Amino acid sequence: MIIGTAMLKDVWAFRDFMWSSVKREFQTRWIGTQFGPLWLLAPPLTTILIFTVIFTNIMRPGMPAHDSKFAYSIYLCAGVLTFNLFTEILGRSVGIFVESANLLKKIHFPKLCLPIIVVVSSVLNFAITMALYFFFLVIADAFPGWIIWAAIPVLIIQLMFTIGLGMLLATINVFYRDIQQSVQVILQFWFWLTPIVYVSTILPPLAVDLMNLNPLWPLIKAYQGIFLEHALPDWYTLIYPCILGVFFVLLGILAFHKLQGEIVDEL
Amino acid sequence: MNCKSMIHIHNISKAYKRYSRKYGRMAEWFGMGTHHEDIWVLREISFDVEQGQSLGIIGVNGAGKSTLLKIITGTTRPTTGTVQVAGRISALLELGMGFHPEFTGRQNCYVSGQLHGLRASEMDELISHIADFAEIGDYFDQPVRIYSSGMQVRLAFALATAKRPAILIVDEALAVGDSYFQHKSFERIRQFREAGTTLLFVSHDRSAIQALCDRAILLENGFVIKDGDPEEVTDYYNALLAEKKNTTVEVKTLEGGRHQTMSGTGQARVKQIGLYNSKGHAVEFVNVGESIELRIQVQVHDDLDSLVLGYGIRDRLGQIIYGTNTWHTKQVIKKPLKGDEYEFSILFPANLGLGSYSIQTALHDRDNHLTTNYEWRDLALVFNVINTDKKEFVGCLWIEPEIKVTGVLNEG
Repeated sequence: MIIGTAMLKDVWAFRDFMWSSVKREFQTRWIGTQFGPLWLLAPPLTTILIFTVIFTNIMRPGMPAHDSKFAYSIYLCAGVLTFNLFTEILGRSVGIFVESANLLKKIHFPKLCLPIIVVVSSVLNFAITMALYFFFLVIADAFPGWIIWAAIPVLIIQLMFTIGLGMLLATINVFYRDIQQSVQVILQFWFWLTPIVYVSTILPPLAVDLMNLNPLWPLIKAYQGIFLEHALPDWYTLIYPCILGVFFVLLGILAFHKLQGEIVDEL
Repeated sequence: MNCKSMIHIHNISKAYKRYSRKYGRMAEWFGMGTHHEDIWVLREISFDVEQGQSLGIIGVNGAGKSTLLKIITGTTRPTTGTVQVAGRISALLELGMGFHPEFTGRQNCYVSGQLHGLRASEMDELISHIADFAEIGDYFDQPVRIYSSGMQVRLAFALATAKRPAILIVDEALAVGDSYFQHKSFERIRQFREAGTTLLFVSHDRSAIQALCDRAILLENGFVIKDGDPEEVTDYYNALLAEKKNTTVEVKTLEGGRHQTMSGTGQARVKQIGLYNSKGHAVEFVNVGESIELRIQVQVHDDLDSLVLGYGIRDRLGQIIYGTNTWHTKQVIKKPLKGDEYEFSILFPANLGLGSYSIQTALHDRDNHLTTNYEWRDLALVFNVINTDKKEFVGCLWIEPEIKVTGVLNEG
């Protein structure tokens, strides 16, 4: 792991740059507008509002064993908002080296700064979203209380998995640009192949067996449990995504380390 | 040795990989054989640049200049060999890189400065100097999108040179902006040099190389084919540009250690060249303002379509003071035959400053020597301008003034 520490030291020297870039990324979303930073709230607010209004007043899908009229909205948001974090980080980091070709070719700085900026700003954006979601839970009188802390380790496993996979794919994408295109397609399928909009109990047993291979399902299920049932996750179900996460992180580092010298030559 | 080596390049080569089949690269990742061929763009390059030295890098497009610079700045790695760079590099190649149009000049300076490895606290100190140097006034706090391109360059230059780097890389892209700012930026580069910054200057422009550099290297097909005095290297480059079939480039060492470069097809040659005063005596020393005659005899060695003689007067540093040719004076010789001889007599006043000058000659078919070059000869003749009867003056030209001094009564 000696490579790792040297790499991190290089990256750490550019912390001011990364932080300014994260700030800039948020600022670009409201600079020149009248309402300013309030616009950051618009997208998550819209999502939560639409889900709540439609699924509590217009359509009323029943949630087994729940009478609260907000039950489905809570279930849906728990899955969609966290899956969005996965989509955002993966979708943006896969093309990051190719899109920053000009910068990478002209200026010498640690390439890893670029995906880190993506991750940090996505996580901050996620924090804003979750704050609104918590607010909604409080209003709906469905806030889980202290059990909410159980979401933190789940989130860490999710981030590890996403970052590892993102780094691996971003590196390969420099050489095979098809990756970027296919990721967009695969993410769509992945969303629908995870019980987020529907509940897993409606699935035939064979589909459930296949879905057990989906490393995101245990994570999403954990969030849904925390927010809807106010129940702690089955920790042992998280072992599989955790191991896969570590595997992708190591593979991502290996691929990046092996190929980073050739990245600029291919851009 | 008090000369510290700032850039140490030892035997570097750079190859890009070319894969004949799409999945060849993937096969290599999994250890299944070799599927690429190496395209070598730099080969076995070694040189050292000392502190305070300024090195010109010349070469046609594709000679490997950019790759060499990328290796020095660290954006790409050499395939073999080692590079050691001592100190911070600032490259004026990427002026304005990473500027975001929606943000103000000030905000952009912070982010770009940090991208070059400066800390936010360092930027706090530098920001007022940047604003002062760029001289863009209130625009500094306006979004970059409303800047003119000149203002962007000013800001980017001010930012890139806010802190004196150990090594500064400049390319000719710098020749933008108005002339006021150009002078200002060259002045800053000069100050950096005096303070010990090592300069790498990439250009096609021989006079800029000669004015700024004390050494030059010439790259051709990835090799350093010449390394030495800027005048010699740029002469050689010029000769190479004209290189065609049957062309030879020849370098002769003259008395005093200067190098004469000759090139061309040899279909016509300067047979004799001389400088004469008004009495018809051959001279080597010429008085300021004296009328002199340059006589050039040309021998034709082949049947040609047309023949043009060009000449240039160059100063000690090799900069052209004046030059023209018989295409511009509409005295082209049509259809000269093998064996013909011509004499050109060129009369002009030596309105030059004191010093040593050289004459360069060129024989070609049209308005320049780049298409067909019969013969190109640098340092064909050397002469000196001395002052025997004029009032004292400095500079490279003699422009005799008439100065009137009148006392003005101050009525206040």
